[in-house]
Amino acid sequence: MAKFHVTATVNGEEVEYLCDPQQTMLDVLRDELNLTGTKEGCSSGDCGACSVILDGRLVCSCLALGAELDGAKIETIEGMAEGDELHPLQQKFLEEAALQCGFCTPGFLVAAKNLLERNPDPTETEVRYWLAGNLCRCTGYDKIIRSVLDVAAEMRGS
Amino acid sequence: MAQVVLSNELGRQFAGGQTHFDVDAVNVRKLIGALDEMFPGLGAELQSDGIAIAIDGEIFSDPFLEAIADNSEVYFLPAIKGG
Amino acid sequence: MGYEDKELKWVGTRQIRPDGVDKVTGRANFGADLNLPGMLTGKILRSPHPHAKIVSINTDKAAALPGVKAIVTGADMPEMPSEMAQAGEGAVNFRYLSNNIMAHDKVLYDGHPVAAVAAISDAVANEALSLIEVEYEVLPHVIDVEESMKPDAPVLHDTIFTAGVEPKPEKPSNVVMRVQMGFGDPDAGYEKSDVVIERNYTTQPVHQGYIEPHAAVVEWTENDECRIWCSSQGQFMVRTFTAKLLDLELAQVRVTPAEIGGGFGGKTTIYLEPVAALLSRKSHRPVRMVMSRDEVFRATGPTSGTAMRVKIGATRDGKIQGAEAELKYQAGAYPGSPVAPGCMTAFAPYALENVKTVGYDVVVNRPLSASYRAPGAPMASFAVESAIDELAQELGMDPIDLRLKNAAKEGTQAPYGPKFKSIGYIETLEAAKAHPNYNIPLGPNQGRGVASGFWFNIGMQSSATVNVAEDGTVCVISGNPDIGGSRASLAMMAAEVLGVDYNKVKIIVGDTASIGYNDVTGGSRVTFATGMAIIQAAEDVVQQLRERAAMTWDIGVDAVVWEDGFARPASANAGDFKPLSLADIAAKAGRTGGPINGKAAINARGAGAGFGTHICDVEVDPDTGHVTVLRYTAVQDAGKAIHPGYVEGQMQGGVAQGVGWALNEEYIYGEDGRLQNPGFLDYRMPVASDLPMIDTVIVEVPNPAHPFGVRGVGEVPIVPPLGATANAVSHAIGKRMTDLPLSPPAIVSALDS
Repeated sequence: MAKFHVTATVNGEEVEYLCDPQQTMLDVLRDELNLTGTKEGCSSGDCGACSVILDGRLVCSCLALGAELDGAKIETIEGMAEGDELHPLQQKFLEEAALQCGFCTPGFLVAAKNLLERNPDPTETEVRYWLAGNLCRCTGYDKIIRSVLDVAAEMRGS
Repeated sequence: MAQVVLSNELGRQFAGGQTHFDVDAVNVRKLIGALDEMFPGLGAELQSDGIAIAIDGEIFSDPFLEAIADNSEVYFLPAIKGG
Repeated sequence: MGYEDKELKWVGTRQIRPDGVDKVTGRANFGADLNLPGMLTGKILRSPHPHAKIVSINTDKAAALPGVKAIVTGADMPEMPSEMAQAGEGAVNFRYLSNNIMAHDKVLYDGHPVAAVAAISDAVANEALSLIEVEYEVLPHVIDVEESMKPDAPVLHDTIFTAGVEPKPEKPSNVVMRVQMGFGDPDAGYEKSDVVIERNYTTQPVHQGYIEPHAAVVEWTENDECRIWCSSQGQFMVRTFTAKLLDLELAQVRVTPAEIGGGFGGKTTIYLEPVAALLSRKSHRPVRMVMSRDEVFRATGPTSGTAMRVKIGATRDGKIQGAEAELKYQAGAYPGSPVAPGCMTAFAPYALENVKTVGYDVVVNRPLSASYRAPGAPMASFAVESAIDELAQELGMDPIDLRLKNAAKEGTQAPYGPKFKSIGYIETLEAAKAHPNYNIPLGPNQGRGVASGFWFNIGMQSSATVNVAEDGTVCVISGNPDIGGSRASLAMMAAEVLGVDYNKVKIIVGDTASIGYNDVTGGSRVTFATGMAIIQAAEDVVQQLRERAAMTWDIGVDAVVWEDGFARPASANAGDFKPLSLADIAAKAGRTGGPINGKAAINARGAGAGFGTHICDVEVDPDTGHVTVLRYTAVQDAGKAIHPGYVEGQMQGGVAQGVGWALNEEYIYGEDGRLQNPGFLDYRMPVASDLPMIDTVIVEVPNPAHPFGVRGVGEVPIVPPLGATANAVSHAIGKRMTDLPLSPPAIVSALDS
């Protein structure tokens, strides 16, 4: 079967790849581009472990096809820190013990960052509903929600 | 004499239904030896992996030389795994 | 050696975990993240039938498909004797384990593996699976535990005869065993009682729900070395089980632990590794196998569904006079439900004179159950705590006061026999009663529930190494996969003992060839037992440092003390020497005898029993039956919280899992015996918008057997939530709810009846 040739921008860098028609964006990120920070938890869009930003929108990368991404701009967890500087959300998650196993963490961070870019002053309920597509089985969400609210407040203050 | 308690199932299988015994032994190895002498075959069963021993409230998953005092209470229990 | 009285610099603080940056930047490597050159994809063909004989398997067409490199069936797995054999943490029947990983002659549940392929891509592997022809002779199946106990139920194993009953059965049965424990005479207790509560309860199987599916990479070399990279709760468990099932020596198998994306007990066993190993041996290439979520649900460990009866009697003053429980637990396709710990823990919070528990381990045509956090305890606790709550209602007593009246304390005989050593149950009740949550007024359709729970916590075997680098920094090797931040707590204890900065201590989880044996990460044992090993290894280092300083100063080692990271003369009499830091001594280690490395290998004794008490406030929508959790407070005796942030996290996570168990989660099987909800959309775990903040109170009644007082915290928090949530819902709607989950249809139907 002929492969598709795709050119896209991932974390600010132009990448080219070949992919099979059935490969998802998640497959492409992990297997073709070696960006394994994006995780596969269900492949059905229910767990959010594969959350990425596609042209400014939060999506489950398991639900998009790799072949459809020509010209797309994709942001993954690997692009979240700037050089040595962790994103405030990354730093806060560490300080507040907002992760245990860490498997869902990239998805939560990507989703939370997208939320704060859209809504710098979310209520607790808004944070909970925005992150309702990201499953965490370890933390009970408490420290994750607190971290996002704290970072929102700090970023507004600065 | 230490007070030794077997599970109902072990008592039924090896000791004619009796589960409570007074046994003179300074450690677990001697205790199991003594019980095996009283009820042949029981010793091997008591040393299998499915069985733990509580000595005076402390549970040991694979005891051997743990000391037993003169008035110790010793219980043979199902071994605990965890999640 | 105890540290409770010392001023602690690191223990009890909230440090950033050593693996943290890797985990927030996507660098951390989990089971599915490794990519080896030439690696193939392995996939499993699974039974669509809940119960069937395998008549034949024809793999010819699949083998002929271009890109298929190897095929494995049950015929490739060595025959295992059916006997319990030693396997590290406990006894395992390797015949059952082998048959569960790859069916030999019979399939026993929807999802049971029957064949596997390795191919050059997922697409080719999937196509190959569709070309494998399996002829089944379908047999009648049984899903429900009580149905399975009936004499005319379809029998899963003709080799199982119920143990623990008289006379010894002559016919095979699905009832694997009957266990009984307790003391006194409950019937005599009911005679004395003014109020007797007796009810039946049921719970459904629930999955551990780790977000990372099982994953393994295996490379079999030409000299028969089997190299495994996988996520599990124990690299040594994976080594033991894989070697056993494939007839290998342990040293032939080297297991490198990947980061683990949640386990909760479900990764204390194996599913993929021997299959991937056989595929790699046949194909001469590394093979990666990653389960889909559908496979995780259909074929890996849920915990048991149950049918239970509890009877409790008390006098008017609230004193419990008699108590009994009958517990029937689904084991799944092979024996091994956690019914014995269910029997042991059911009444553990209470000081009783007359108590009896009877348990049944029952096989059914469902996936083999696996450990799930405090295995067996939450269901039994749900039944007992519901009955206790109803008892309080009948007596007109406050439910915490009723528990205080009957609470177990040091010296109380536990229902399983021995007397408790130092425990902190009463302290959790008092803290719960004093918590503001307990006195917040409730509105219409709202209810408050209280429940307590117990778990043993375990010690067992651990090895640890503490290596001092030439510049005085420290490298610790643990042998336990870090499932929730344990590297932080372990490194903090090492820093505390050595008196060095936490940030100078680096810690890794070693592979099976680079650190001595460790039992699994489970039983809430890592911070307790492996922590104890690391403390002893660090103390070994301290002893060596004192010896090196003594040598340097030419005085006796007894004249040297180690304080705050420095060797100092013990007194003025010892001489006047400038203190030597760890770095000073390490830099000259070559002169004083070579590298400074500390080691410990222990079987940790003295695990401290753990208790918790939870408060749950809910509001029920009477039209839809939807339950909103308004507030939740979890109180727990941790002994000592080494890293309070991760202790709170364990408590909050356990609550979320328990609330899911109580309100929504369940395995739904059709008449055809097939699982109908093998995905996160239909198997409804709590999401962020389902829960409130979860308040935590850490009580610290130190465990005298641990240098810092640690008890272990990971399992207790999942025990009380089922009872607390169900009690809250029962009060909110004014009807006693006895069957979990309390999903909207169940509540609407209760309200309508």
